[in-house]
Amino acid sequence: MADLRELETTLDELKHLFSERAQTGETMVLNMGPQHPSTHGVLRLILELDGETVVHAIPDIGYLHTGIEKNMEAKTYLQALVMTDRLDYLNNIGNNLTYCLAIEKLMDVQVPERAQVLRVLMAELQRIASHLVWLGTHCIDLAALSILLYCFRDREHIMDIFEMVSGQRMMTSYIRPGGVWRDVPPGFEEAVKDFLDYIPAKLDDYERLLTNNPIFKQRTQDVGYVSAEAALMWGMTGPSLRGSGVNYDVRKAMPYCGYETYEFDVPLETGGDVYARYRCRMREFRESIKICRQALDRLSKTKGPVITSDRKVAPPPRSELSTSMEALIHHFKLFTEGFSPPKGEVYAATESPRGELGVYLVSGGAPKPRRVHYRCPSFANLQVLNYVAEGHLVADLVAIVGSIDIVLGDVDR
Amino acid sequence: MGLEQKLGNMGVVTMTLEQTVNWSRTNAMWPMLFGLACCAMEMISMQAPAYDVSRFGMELMRASPRQSDLMIVAGRVSRKMAPVLRRLYDQMPDPKWVVAMGDCASCGGIFNNYAIVQGVDEVVPVDVYVAGCPPRPEALIHGLMTLHEKVKKEKITTWK
Amino acid sequence: MNHVEKTVAAIKAKFPEAVEDVIGFRGETTVVVKPESILAVSRFIHDDPELNYTYLADLAGVDYYPDEPRFAISYIPYAMAANARFRLKVYLPGDDPQLDSVTGVWRNADWFEREAFDMLGIKFNNHPDLRRLLMPADWVGHPHRKDYPLGYEEVQFSFNWREVDAKKPYAKD
Repeated sequence: MADLRELETTLDELKHLFSERAQTGETMVLNMGPQHPSTHGVLRLILELDGETVVHAIPDIGYLHTGIEKNMEAKTYLQALVMTDRLDYLNNIGNNLTYCLAIEKLMDVQVPERAQVLRVLMAELQRIASHLVWLGTHCIDLAALSILLYCFRDREHIMDIFEMVSGQRMMTSYIRPGGVWRDVPPGFEEAVKDFLDYIPAKLDDYERLLTNNPIFKQRTQDVGYVSAEAALMWGMTGPSLRGSGVNYDVRKAMPYCGYETYEFDVPLETGGDVYARYRCRMREFRESIKICRQALDRLSKTKGPVITSDRKVAPPPRSELSTSMEALIHHFKLFTEGFSPPKGEVYAATESPRGELGVYLVSGGAPKPRRVHYRCPSFANLQVLNYVAEGHLVADLVAIVGSIDIVLGDVDR
Repeated sequence: MGLEQKLGNMGVVTMTLEQTVNWSRTNAMWPMLFGLACCAMEMISMQAPAYDVSRFGMELMRASPRQSDLMIVAGRVSRKMAPVLRRLYDQMPDPKWVVAMGDCASCGGIFNNYAIVQGVDEVVPVDVYVAGCPPRPEALIHGLMTLHEKVKKEKITTWK
Repeated sequence: MNHVEKTVAAIKAKFPEAVEDVIGFRGETTVVVKPESILAVSRFIHDDPELNYTYLADLAGVDYYPDEPRFAISYIPYAMAANARFRLKVYLPGDDPQLDSVTGVWRNADWFEREAFDMLGIKFNNHPDLRRLLMPADWVGHPHRKDYPLGYEEVQFSFNWREVDAKKPYAKD
């Protein structure tokens, strides 16, 4: 039997986290356990409640800790890529992309232009899919059940596109060091174009249902207010920060994959509450659709390879294996031993739907990474919960957790 | 379901007790909301309109273990989560079934390390394993139909 | 000169004995400082109105076993107004690694430092709440250290199916 002893924690060990009123019993310390419909995964919150009002809300994380970072040290760089999909499981392409950007920076590898366009297109489609899940789960927490069903219906179109390209709905591992895995099949461009024509009308429907809805506004306005200074102090990024009025988007500040050549705005809201973050993300949908259209346009005009021709990094196409001896040797070396980047360390960051996703990669000159550290946006954003939740009701707490948009795979790794 | 005998046009059907109880147990099994990680996304997709699991009567996911029959362990179970999983399983009333969804729940998946329980059958007894990383919603529905067939074959002497 | 070069020059001017090394690699600058001075340097780059590194992007721990010094903590401060990012690195010895906590300077270092403590065993002085974060509270050992085993379980193929099956702790009902 696995070790199933439960840990007996008394209030004494956690005394320093709660106020003195908890000692006398004036306030109640309650467990909002790991299995809960509204905590978006296995997040445990230890709440100190004064009636229904929250005095402290302490997150207890680690229920999904997978040791991915340590496990990646035991695999070659390409094998470790497969594990990166499973970190933030709503942003699979983004995780792959950040890891590959770090490797390419370390090895000083140029990525061909068609691959850059494909990367941007896939990343923005992934952003739309992630925001659809956010909208669905946030609304079901606020008891608007039908939005969940609508959003998942729309997400199926994106899953079909991913399956067309890579064979897998979610964990695609499509983005490889040096480019992307393979070129898109025929029918891809029509599928994306159909989706981009279909989704804006649906988004208008959802906005019509929610944005001016008095019940929705009452549940989200003036709830979970985070000022701009507090957001910066707590290190928030992403729509949670932009909902408080700070204009920081990694795609504009430190562009990657050619983002500086695309025309798009970064939505900025000054409300700082749950409603402002909602509006920020709804506008991000539109911006992503804009970028996708531009990328699709460019895709038809840009021909060429989709992976670098540097055979020390990217495997040769399979057709070459039967004719060229070097291709065979490269293929063999890459898939058994793997490539060895030079000794050094880099940090590469991208904008995930949740915030700044960064990879800190330390290489010791070996085919296996020495240390891979993921700077995960949900991990950094969740720290603000205790500060924000004070004085709110428990139902508001659920809305706040939903609006910060955490994914527990990101938090616990 | 088998009709033992239909007595003419009187509107009466005879069956064995075993068949009736097994049939009724399969037709509205309520799953418990136990989505842990990536597989949970495919489980929610299964409930969504595209792969509708409501045709089996399972669209109602109860958050409380006391009101559910079926626990679909969707996702990787870490060592910190294992006692919680066992406690929830113990809180479910009989009859109860467990479906291990995905590779991580079946055998530890790609995570062969210190932090993940290598197969949720180390913690709870499992009835059906569904492979995939994550399994497609159709694969999970196939797993649920396999569970239905297993339940229909249960004998009156092994009922819990 | 750009913002990062200005920062390096300012740190060297104010703390000449604290700076051990400045490395440039792939367009990134790493400033290695002595562990005792990390709090002073952090406060300086945070408070100085020209440098203005108000946001900490990342705090990561690395284990270089068996090289000495064994541990390293790398900070990545970010100046939003100037859009500049560099790395501050601190090397720590292998036995009893201790460091001052920078939660007084950047509040979001809280959980990053707790994770470094949990995973690598590095103690942070003056941290408001140094407990284990990701592992269960009664876990023994620090998983991300290189001498901690991965916990690899033997893979069950058809030729060793029976042996592995006998050792596997299946749950009774």
